Amino acid sequence: MLNGYITRTFVALRTIAFKETHRYLRIWAQTLLPPVITMTLYFVIFGNLIGSRIGPMEGYGYMEFIAPGLIMMSVITNAYANVVSSFFGAKFQGHIEEILVSPTPNYTILLGYLAGGVGRGLLTGLLVTGVATFFADLNIHSPLITLSVVFLTALLFSIGGFINGVFARKFDDVAIVPTFVLTPLTYLGGVFYTISLLPALWQNVSLANPILYMVNAFRYGILGASDIPIGTAYLIVGAFIIAGGSVSMMLLNRGVGLRH
Amino acid sequence: MSALRLRNLQKTYPGGIRALDGIDLDVEPGEFFALLGPNGAGKSTIIGIISTLVRKTAGEVQIFGHDLDRERWLAKSQIGLVPQEFNFNGFETVGQIVLNQAGYYGLSRRQARDRAERYLRELGLWSRRHTVARTLSGGMKRRLMIARALIHEPRLLILDEPTAGVDIELRRSMWEFLRRINDEGTTIILTTHYLEEAESLCRNIAIIDQGRIIENTDVRSLLRSLSTETFILDVRGHVADMPTIEGFPIVPVDESSLEVSISAEQTLSDLFRALDRAGVEVTSMKNKANRLEELFVRLVENNTDSQREPA
Repeated sequence: MLNGYITRTFVALRTIAFKETHRYLRIWAQTLLPPVITMTLYFVIFGNLIGSRIGPMEGYGYMEFIAPGLIMMSVITNAYANVVSSFFGAKFQGHIEEILVSPTPNYTILLGYLAGGVGRGLLTGLLVTGVATFFADLNIHSPLITLSVVFLTALLFSIGGFINGVFARKFDDVAIVPTFVLTPLTYLGGVFYTISLLPALWQNVSLANPILYMVNAFRYGILGASDIPIGTAYLIVGAFIIAGGSVSMMLLNRGVGLRH
Repeated sequence: MSALRLRNLQKTYPGGIRALDGIDLDVEPGEFFALLGPNGAGKSTIIGIISTLVRKTAGEVQIFGHDLDRERWLAKSQIGLVPQEFNFNGFETVGQIVLNQAGYYGLSRRQARDRAERYLRELGLWSRRHTVARTLSGGMKRRLMIARALIHEPRLLILDEPTAGVDIELRRSMWEFLRRINDEGTTIILTTHYLEEAESLCRNIAIIDQGRIIENTDVRSLLRSLSTETFILDVRGHVADMPTIEGFPIVPVDESSLEVSISAEQTLSDLFRALDRAGVEVTSMKNKANRLEELFVRLVENNTDSQREPA
């Protein structure tokens, strides 16, 4: 009986994950193409045109310096956007009920949606990395750190998107967090500069921004340079994942926004 | 062991709206059961609780002996739900929708493909398997929801107004299909506003009003309790010139038709003999309303009166 349960749960997980992957691949012009175009413009304008006048940062060319941050930015935005829009869309159209009436356990529903978010985040990151190689020489300092940080970041922001999706009641609610929270935090998270350039007060304020840790850990994985200790970055990302995952499960178990 | 067992089911929505006020209900395996009630009576809330889309305030739900709280996985595996509103992803194809549903119930790919073909063929949707669902006609969308609900071959199929907005021909073909799967052993619970549908399909019936079951019996017994039945007769000649027919209250409807009520003690033969004696020729006859409809209206009205506070 336990075997049957495990097999069926795995099939349900695979189904949701495939469905989510199929969704963002089907609408690739809305999901995969825009970040590639946007990031290309960032590389051309900030990296090539303006960056050539900025000079090296922490011993690296400006283009090399911003490349990890821009890759991470696309991963964060897309992992979040995928889960929030897909989950809210399923709620809005009512087809989330297909899963809710089935025996699929709540953790499987969560993992399935996260798989979609992580998948889109990583695929977008890979595409943007491809673009970056046209503009900068990227020699990966530590593949293990690079891959683990990008994976954990995609996971964390997929969880964030899920929580947003659970609470969202209208389309505006889907856009509020990315516009007013994620974008400012990402821009202020050391994508375009090292915090050592900031006055002491703002350096300390920046340390309260969790995205700073992810961007710097990823930059360390690629370049070997970081503003913050890598261990602290893992600790913070891990803590947010555990907290966010627990909140997501609590919301699903209570049926918030899903079951009346 | 009942297919569905509800005990003291209660639901109070936020804001204090009491939708269910202690529902007790048993549906036996193999039954074709109708749940009737006016809008807002609590039918959809019951279905919502059984399908776990609505959280109950109190009470107990068992499906084929499995408690919905304690054996959620086993209990939910037994149920197939056809909701009132279209609730599939309109951007997915017909095939994807039923295959995904199979996946949520843990069916292997091969099993899912075989069953998808079987049910899509049976419901006339196989040729549309690659069609994006939002482009289907209303009738096809209804059939798609039935195919989706059957893909894991549930023992209990719940249909919430499945033929709402469906044309007569399609409604009849859906009835045939539902009768067949019921004959094959699937227990069916149906809510409907078409009382003709309940009378034609269902053996047993529960009428719910204001969150309570006010009648729960088999359709035949219920119809036997109908004290009078009203017919519309088309007659030759002018209704205004009609003599009085003793024992049968007659109300003119228009120039050539009239309404006549027959009590349970009288027969149609009594009526025709009386009409014949009066020299009235009847050209056609029909029920004024579906018999079950008459009963339904009376029961609900009685219940409303009994709930009304005395002035």
